[in-house]
Amino acid sequence: MSVFRKVMASAAIAATMFATPVMAEEKVRIALVVKALGIGFFEAAAKGAEEAAAELGNVEIIYTGPTDTTAEGQIEVINALIAQNVDAIAISANDTDALVPALKKAMSRGITVISWDSGVAAEGRQMHLNPSSNPLIGNMIIKLAADHMPDGGDVAVLSASATATNQNIWIEEMNKVTGNYSGINVVATVYGDDLADKSYREAQGLMASYPNLKAIIAPTTVGIVAAAQAVTDAGKIGEINVTGLALPSEMAGHIESGASKSFAIWNPIDLGYAATMIAYNLASGTATAEAGKSIPMGRMGEVALDDKYEGAMADPFVYDASNIDAFKSIF
Amino acid sequence: MSDTTMTARFVPNRLNSRASRILRSWESLLLVVAVGIFVLNSFASPYFLNAWNLSDATYNFTEKGMIAFAMALLIISGEIDLSVASIIALASTAMGLAVQYGAGTPELVVIGLTVGLLCGAFNAIFVTVLGLPSIVVTIGTMSLFRGISYIILGDGAYGGYPDSFAWFGQGYIYWVFTAEIGIFAVIAVIYGVVLHKTNFGRAVYAIGNNSTGALFSGIRVQRVKFILFLLTGLMSGVAAICLTSRLGSTRPSIATGMELNVVTMVVLGGINILGGSGSIPGVVIAAFVMGLVTFGLGLLNVPGIVMSIFIGLLLIGVIALPRLWTMLAAKRRSA
Repeated sequence: MSVFRKVMASAAIAATMFATPVMAEEKVRIALVVKALGIGFFEAAAKGAEEAAAELGNVEIIYTGPTDTTAEGQIEVINALIAQNVDAIAISANDTDALVPALKKAMSRGITVISWDSGVAAEGRQMHLNPSSNPLIGNMIIKLAADHMPDGGDVAVLSASATATNQNIWIEEMNKVTGNYSGINVVATVYGDDLADKSYREAQGLMASYPNLKAIIAPTTVGIVAAAQAVTDAGKIGEINVTGLALPSEMAGHIESGASKSFAIWNPIDLGYAATMIAYNLASGTATAEAGKSIPMGRMGEVALDDKYEGAMADPFVYDASNIDAFKSIF
Repeated sequence: MSDTTMTARFVPNRLNSRASRILRSWESLLLVVAVGIFVLNSFASPYFLNAWNLSDATYNFTEKGMIAFAMALLIISGEIDLSVASIIALASTAMGLAVQYGAGTPELVVIGLTVGLLCGAFNAIFVTVLGLPSIVVTIGTMSLFRGISYIILGDGAYGGYPDSFAWFGQGYIYWVFTAEIGIFAVIAVIYGVVLHKTNFGRAVYAIGNNSTGALFSGIRVQRVKFILFLLTGLMSGVAAICLTSRLGSTRPSIATGMELNVVTMVVLGGINILGGSGSIPGVVIAAFVMGLVTFGLGLLNVPGIVMSIFIGLLLIGVIALPRLWTMLAAKRRSA
């Protein structure tokens, strides 16, 4: 019997972990669901969401997501949010299609559902907020590489996982416009699965396989840091320029060392802010998600929805040695 | 433990009587933990005690549980299969491919189960015919099976499953009872009977305790192990059908990392990871414990990483406590 008592004692200790303050019921509860917790980009978006909540006053932000970037993990999170009867879910999806049944169930129970950053198929959400437009991003990442390659040459892409929705779209858009940059030759696309060690090894592999490589384009915040480190460790600063999409705080050192001359990103704080504003406006009924209509996003202006119920927030922004110091402490 | 099997030919789970006493209380200990977690959850969140919410929560463990039963038998026999999540990926990919050629729900079920069986047979041949260690073989096939899915699908996805196919992962049998919990229950009963009431089940225990001894007792050891790998493959096929139906789409990353959840569930259920002992009721309760913990913490918006820590502590705690207790008791007696 004492064994049971001991188990109950440890369970009681666990109970203190369960105990959280009861929330005020009249607040609008908006869940910001991300691909996985512990990623700098999403932490910054959560900051933006809190900023919007502070501005709106009666909003509570639930910042949540699974441990690893799987659809099954996000479905568990969504089920828990449906059970809590939150007012809105704003999600950056790990899988375009697999989340649709769970999110449809959320909508059928009266929960406002929008996707942001990485989208959900149209039937699984009311609208999707793109941080920028995909063609502009695709063009930007190849332009960043081409700007520092006046004589042209070989470039390679280091992406996230082979199933990552947004990376694949950007690479596709990039390939459409690569012809506009004369002499630029995309020789390979490899996948680091957004894991630091795997991305590092893939970057090493690229340098070994393509001795004439002039640039590595990594449209992922994990991949670009790993690639810049791999270039630094190989002593190839100045020979190979690492560029793509990244967080200023994570890349400041590599901009300083010259491993990366420039990179681009939208502002994730703005993105979290805008997603929260849209979710609030839809949940409170002050705006509706309809093709051709606009939804207000507070200080970010308005987002116009196209016929697929998608809208773009802003253009990507280029960071280099001239402005990195000002941004590295922000996100 | 029916009297008939005991008189016919009694092979004890373990020869050490004290260990078997602890084991007999394992399920009751686990049950207390489960009830405790249920009560704590009810107090911690106002949303917990709701039939529909609890029904949604069962999805956290049903698919993993289906595989856990077959895995339990395999681990009792002293083997392991780490390729189960990859079998799901391959079976799901095969079903997705079949949909593109117009397969209906019955065909999809047959394909899912067949691919599961074939993968299980593939593992079984390497372990039982070539005599390789199962942990090595299945770490290999873990990459192999999922690798094939990546080759077939790349960064694409298969969708367009027929509406009737959605029943397995999204349908209800009666009121809040989902199709998946129904399948889970049926499988639990079948495995419970097979392990605890048949000669086959006794053979599994015997092999896990002493496979050489079992061989000389006339048990066809390799044949039993072959069947166990087939069953694990088959259950992975069943889980693939349910998970694919629930997601409504297939990507090669489906069920990534699920094999460790399954093994955790089995070990939490009191199956000796070294083989030879454990029971199906223990695994059933462990499935509920894991489901209740993840759902309860989810309701409180506890981050996933904290959830993993909690599951890890629960596993270590539940396993270490009885052991600590016997050590303390022995010390007190000698002092």
